Amino acid sequence: MDKYLNIDHVSIDFPTPNGPFRALENVNLKIDKGEFVSIIGHSGCGKSTVMNIVGGLYQATEGGVVLEGKEVNDPGPDRAIVFQNHSLFPWLSCYQNVELAVKSVFGKTRSRNEIRDWVNHNLELVHMSHAKHKMPAEISGGMKQRIGIARALSMEPKVLLMDEPFGALDALTRAHLQDSLMDIQAELNNTVIMITHDVDEAVLLSDKIVMMTNGPAASIGEVMDVNLPRPRKRLELADNPDYNHYRSEVIHFLHQRHARKVA
Amino acid sequence: MKDKLIYFLELTGLNWFVPLVKLSTGDSPKHQLQEFGKMVGVPLFAVVVFLMLWHMGAAKVITSLGQVPGPTQVWEQVNVLVDEHNEAREREVAFYERQEKRNAAKLEKNPDAEVTIRPYTGKETFFDQILTSLFTVFVGFFIATLIAVPIGIIAGLSDTIYSALNPLIQVFKPVSPLAWLPIVTMVVSAVYVSDNPMFEKSFITSALTVTLCSLWPTLINTAVGVSSIDKDLINVARVLRLGYFTTVLKVVIPASIPMIFTGLRISLGIGWMVLIAAEMLAQNPGLGKFVWDEFQNGSSSSLSRIMVAVLTIGIIGFVLDRITLSFQKFFSYDKNAVIR
Repeated sequence: MDKYLNIDHVSIDFPTPNGPFRALENVNLKIDKGEFVSIIGHSGCGKSTVMNIVGGLYQATEGGVVLEGKEVNDPGPDRAIVFQNHSLFPWLSCYQNVELAVKSVFGKTRSRNEIRDWVNHNLELVHMSHAKHKMPAEISGGMKQRIGIARALSMEPKVLLMDEPFGALDALTRAHLQDSLMDIQAELNNTVIMITHDVDEAVLLSDKIVMMTNGPAASIGEVMDVNLPRPRKRLELADNPDYNHYRSEVIHFLHQRHARKVA
Repeated sequence: MKDKLIYFLELTGLNWFVPLVKLSTGDSPKHQLQEFGKMVGVPLFAVVVFLMLWHMGAAKVITSLGQVPGPTQVWEQVNVLVDEHNEAREREVAFYERQEKRNAAKLEKNPDAEVTIRPYTGKETFFDQILTSLFTVFVGFFIATLIAVPIGIIAGLSDTIYSALNPLIQVFKPVSPLAWLPIVTMVVSAVYVSDNPMFEKSFITSALTVTLCSLWPTLINTAVGVSSIDKDLINVARVLRLGYFTTVLKVVIPASIPMIFTGLRISLGIGWMVLIAAEMLAQNPGLGKFVWDEFQNGSSSSLSRIMVAVLTIGIIGFVLDRITLSFQKFFSYDKNAVIR
């Protein structure tokens, strides 16, 4: 109970014409402050559902989520979300997208100058200062996701939720953004929950990997601590036996013990 | 400079001139001439063919008002209508001059005399009638927009409200303006009672009929636009804990602006079409009344004059559509979307 974020015996039912469908069954997870946790599993296993419950977008049918001793019931900026398809407002420039978030979270407590500096600081953090006055339609997918991350970080969340943030990007861009994310994480030491289906990404970034069983009534199959020293370097890790061990553990879980029944 | 000019031309729907602009800056002349030929030459040729077919076809039909007018007779009537307008303006000026002279003479005899200037009450000219029609359609369209956009937003945001409104929308949408008009006329006569009315009843009746018929496309498009906003954008608003009105103002309206404008464009088109019928029956002194009066008049030039009205209605409708199209392009955040 004394952990920072406590996902406590969470189950959720979705209504269907054939009665309620149990998507998650008894999901139990405790996360420390500053921990980077990945949730990995096959598509449709309910990874995103877990994240949406923590984010407050869904309500758990049973159990609940407690963040810093307070129960989570609705969405809020203390649990900022980075969406898979970036979800920037296409009619606002990059700067305005971040500014809207900063203004709605800190509009009452900070001065205009402080808000402007804070927006610029976050754009700097994701290396997007050069394109801050461009519209989302004018920049690449990777850049959009950087802005999405800047917007989430600018809310100073207690927990940063990322829903397959790099899933829609090509491999090179993804690697760049993973490196950026590691740099940012080293600087800010956020608490992060990241949904992914990429084994390398999970091992490279995480302190803890949560592997989920297949739905319906999905649950946590196994939790693995990743004890690789930071800062981690992609190239050095390629030949690291520990890294490869962690990797093969996850792959075995996903493809042997919990292979998808329908291909 | 060149790019700005081209952007402006494309925004205002004057794409025909884009090749000319590019040509003037020496941008691959041959290709630009081809483009110009395609954009201007082909439509121009089609118009000439149409005029010829009209000319030949018209000569073959004899009505009780004489032969159906061809392009030449119609052009003559355009000139006649312009002359009539100028004459009426001269008469109006002369009328006021006469009054002022008379008043001045009166005041000279007796400085305390009460003088009045009576308004000119001559018959409206064709061009006055165009202005009346435009004003009427804009008032009707404006009221329709004020009603349709807010209701559309509320209906788009709530499935319950949408399913409550949907049957009403579907039933009232296909109703002809001619069916609404008697009801609107009676209601206006009963409700709009004033000794010193600001507007004629016929004007109010016509405008409200336009409202009733042009409301629906905007309402439906707004509702569909609002309900099809990317769920994640709404989720962003939820994470930011934006209130209902802030969400509507900062997320819902900007996201559905393209669809709202598509609806407005269809609405204005329908409104203009409906207006002519409404004016005929309500006797609002606009283009519809012009057509009706000419039809009742039944002189040898009546058919030509009605054709002038038909072409005028068409051209004004086209211009209105282009104007709303420009607004649509201007307000749409997706500048690459193909809007026709």
